[in-house]
Amino acid sequence: MMAEKIRVLLAKPGLDGHDRGIKVVARALRDSGMEVIYLGIRNTPEQIVETAIQEDVDVIGLSILSGSHMYHFPRILQLLKERKAEDIVVIGGGIIPQEDKEKLEKMGVKAIFGPGTSTQEIIKKIKELIGNKKN
Amino acid sequence: MGLVEDMLKGDKRALSRVITLVENNSQNCEEILSKLYPHTGNSQIIGVTGPPGSGKSTLINHLVREFVRKGYKVGVLAIDPSSEFTGGALLGDRIRMLEVSLDSNVFIRSMGTRGTLGGISRKTKEVVRVLEAFGKDKIIIETIGAGQSDIEITRTAHTVIVVLTPETGDDVQVLKAGIMEIGDIYVVNKADIGNAEFMVEEIKALIASKSSNVSKEWTAPVIKASAKKKEGIRELVEQVEKHWNYLKVSGEINKLEERRVKNEVVDTLNRKISNYLLSKLESEFGKEIFDEILKRKESPYSVVNRLIKKFLC
Amino acid sequence: MCRGINLFNSKKIDEMKKSIDKWEKTTLEESLKLKSERKKEFFTSSNIVVKRVYTPLDIANKDYLKEIGLPGEYPFTRGIHATMYRARIWTMRQFAGFGTAEQTNKRFKYLLQHGETGLSVAFDFPTLCGYDSDDLMSKGEVGACGVAVDTLKDMEILFEGIPLNKVTTSMTINGPAATIWSMYIVTAEKQGAKKEELGGTIQNDILKEYMAQKSFIFPPEPSLKLVVDTIEYASKYLPKWNPISISGYHIREAGANAVQELAFTLADGLTYVEATLERGLKVDDFAPRLSFFFACHNNFFEEIAKFRAARRIWAREMKERFQAKKKRSLWLRFHTQTSGCTLTAQQPYNNIVRVAIQALAAVLGGTQSLHTNSMDEALSLPTEFAVRIALRTQQIIAHESGVTDTIDPLGGSYYVEWLTDKMEEECYKYFDKIDKLGGVVEGIKRGFFQKEIANSAHKYQEGIDKGEIIVVGVNGYATEELMPVPIFRIEPEVEKKQIERLKRVKMERNSKKVEEAIDQLKKAAEKEENLMPYIINAVKEYATLGEITKALKEIYGEYHELLIY
Repeated sequence: MMAEKIRVLLAKPGLDGHDRGIKVVARALRDSGMEVIYLGIRNTPEQIVETAIQEDVDVIGLSILSGSHMYHFPRILQLLKERKAEDIVVIGGGIIPQEDKEKLEKMGVKAIFGPGTSTQEIIKKIKELIGNKKN
Repeated sequence: MGLVEDMLKGDKRALSRVITLVENNSQNCEEILSKLYPHTGNSQIIGVTGPPGSGKSTLINHLVREFVRKGYKVGVLAIDPSSEFTGGALLGDRIRMLEVSLDSNVFIRSMGTRGTLGGISRKTKEVVRVLEAFGKDKIIIETIGAGQSDIEITRTAHTVIVVLTPETGDDVQVLKAGIMEIGDIYVVNKADIGNAEFMVEEIKALIASKSSNVSKEWTAPVIKASAKKKEGIRELVEQVEKHWNYLKVSGEINKLEERRVKNEVVDTLNRKISNYLLSKLESEFGKEIFDEILKRKESPYSVVNRLIKKFLC
Repeated sequence: MCRGINLFNSKKIDEMKKSIDKWEKTTLEESLKLKSERKKEFFTSSNIVVKRVYTPLDIANKDYLKEIGLPGEYPFTRGIHATMYRARIWTMRQFAGFGTAEQTNKRFKYLLQHGETGLSVAFDFPTLCGYDSDDLMSKGEVGACGVAVDTLKDMEILFEGIPLNKVTTSMTINGPAATIWSMYIVTAEKQGAKKEELGGTIQNDILKEYMAQKSFIFPPEPSLKLVVDTIEYASKYLPKWNPISISGYHIREAGANAVQELAFTLADGLTYVEATLERGLKVDDFAPRLSFFFACHNNFFEEIAKFRAARRIWAREMKERFQAKKKRSLWLRFHTQTSGCTLTAQQPYNNIVRVAIQALAAVLGGTQSLHTNSMDEALSLPTEFAVRIALRTQQIIAHESGVTDTIDPLGGSYYVEWLTDKMEEECYKYFDKIDKLGGVVEGIKRGFFQKEIANSAHKYQEGIDKGEIIVVGVNGYATEELMPVPIFRIEPEVEKKQIERLKRVKMERNSKKVEEAIDQLKKAAEKEENLMPYIINAVKEYATLGEITKALKEIYGEYHELLIY
């Protein structure tokens, strides 16, 4: 009997403490049946990637409202590559201009959600990305 | 299956994948565990239990740091409840352990209870075995801390630490029926607030009254700790080491290990045989049998006996 | 006259009751038969049930003079000044700051030229959390969300050519407030200004950081002690300075509803007063300098009621609980900012309208100063163009709408007076809960506020996901096309430049003197002395923000967030 679960790491990189959104998302993902490893605020990219590996997550979800997205996303993608863990899907949300969104998606960020995104949309996208191999 | 080999060579990512395969009960789960089994049996398993909010995670953070300082390799399993309805879980214990989680000698894994009621599921025990095979000297299990169910920790852990706080208002008298009987070490945490001294005395009295009818050479110490002020941590580490030493010197460890192995066999046996027999019932034959019970021609007991004779003898 | 009826003649009240009964059975019922109402029940954002219509009956038992009164008089429900905006329009204060000190300095000069009357500084996250720009934790965030300040040098550049005895400056800084304020004071004195001339505000409200914004550094108790240090220092040497701006804004933005914002903010305020009294100060010596900072959201009347209730509750508590005598001690003076979290990335021009509605509510609520958000803030830091429209919004309200011509024009509105009472009632319920928990600090440690706020945020999102709450352009009237707004960008070299400057300052300063100053600071911290003189001393020697913070961490420890979802 297989009992797979989608495992998601949610974290805020950097020093920005605005955690309203990430907490709402954490609850919504849990309620949709996922296992959410919640890392909270003030994390370095190194901490996030190391945690993702130890927890063997399928998805890393980052919340950035501080304007530091063009540093944190690429840095985390790079670290994942160094650790040969590029298969872990990186998504994110926050205040991210369209132009940057496109750039980040080209770099390999799989989805970026802006303000006003419904939690259902995020859940749907994660399931789509991870595929139907899991419930 | 290069994963197991990679893991045994010390590859963290491979370890992590193996744990997932075991946790998900994937098809090769048994094969993996069998391969790993020869490498197990050398670690001290430490269970940390206590009511929610007693500061278990923070205490473990300090414990891990001290262990690492002493040169040990440490694994931590942090268990949180899964939702009974959705199966989802919010696993946040490791947030308290960030300080040590980047150390190359530390591996921390969060697990949801995934439908099992007890504090320690079969999967937890199996993942402990994986960590043993990986070569962790100390493996710490943080239970969900929900009272009675945590008593199961004694079947897996060599050393059980019970964490209590004066502030939660938990009356020791109320707790005594449950977790007050399982501790090898008691910690009165957050000793900087509330009436810690009183609680220490109360626990000591309780232990004294219990141990009179048990012929044990180990009397559980009661330690006052403050994770915030980093007090009591050294003493706790010392007692954990002392207990490990006691188990080895007294030969108690052999009994515990024997019991653990026996449990593993019994659990596996129970599960496999009942699954095997249940599978036999998923047929015309099974339908007939249930029909006969419903018509009161047979009883559940006679049927099971018949099953055993037919398929197992 | 029957009991409880103060505002109207009891005979008339009886007549009204009869008419209302009749209305319900005839006019209303006929209407409802033709078309039922849109919803079964209507709620404010704080889940207060809103009645169909309010009448004199809803306020009949009010004692006008005692509970509402006149502007400039106790209990100040209608405003703290007798003339309000007829004498002086509120201060239009736009929050600004990004990149290096030089860039922000240029922006300040631009804003002053465009008629702004007070400066407001936003700091970047490393500064807000007490890290230097070259710290590992600061990577990627230097100058990203505000200006980076590492040493006195940055502060000197930030206010170069701006006479600090002529402008007032509001600084949004909390954890390291004492250090940043010290840098400001030293900069001003270097310009030739005197301490007693300096006017402005430091936010310095640490309690709400644990509840909401999470820019904490030390545990609550020593942090509270540092706040009292600054209040004490201001009362002695900077009488025109507001040493704290007790803030509901962040509590609200983190998800709290209006009642929670009101109750938690005022509870924080009362905690600061108690802590300062314990230090031995007299209430009238510091209470006049306490100021507040609220958010203003979309639920128009609820926001107005919130401001009116806040004034009344504060005045009463200061008078009755703390026996304050001076009128100014009873005043709840407040700054308002329109709500960031109500702004949408979708159809961003709509945000201009939201900001206008919110700003109007703040003005009708009697705010002393106002920041209007820019329409593009859900997308990026605001552009100059967007900031200008936001400022113009205030100017249009001030000069074209006519709402400034009379004081508290909604006073006496059956609904607004009823809602003001209701807000007050709900607020006191929270006060009771907090008291039972053992006070604000204890509540923080137990995660009470964090849980309340997270629950409200969750509930709000659920409402949107289910379509019970409509946000125009998001889950209603959504159009596919993007409406691009020009996006403002920070130069990527900011971090490099800032780190270079920090290196230079460290090379040029007298490191022995820095060490001595830090050492003295640590010793003073251990002895629980007022740390302001020691911090000022260290700042003068160009000790960095990170060095000072680290020294204090060694004495006080560090705070880590509670796990509350």
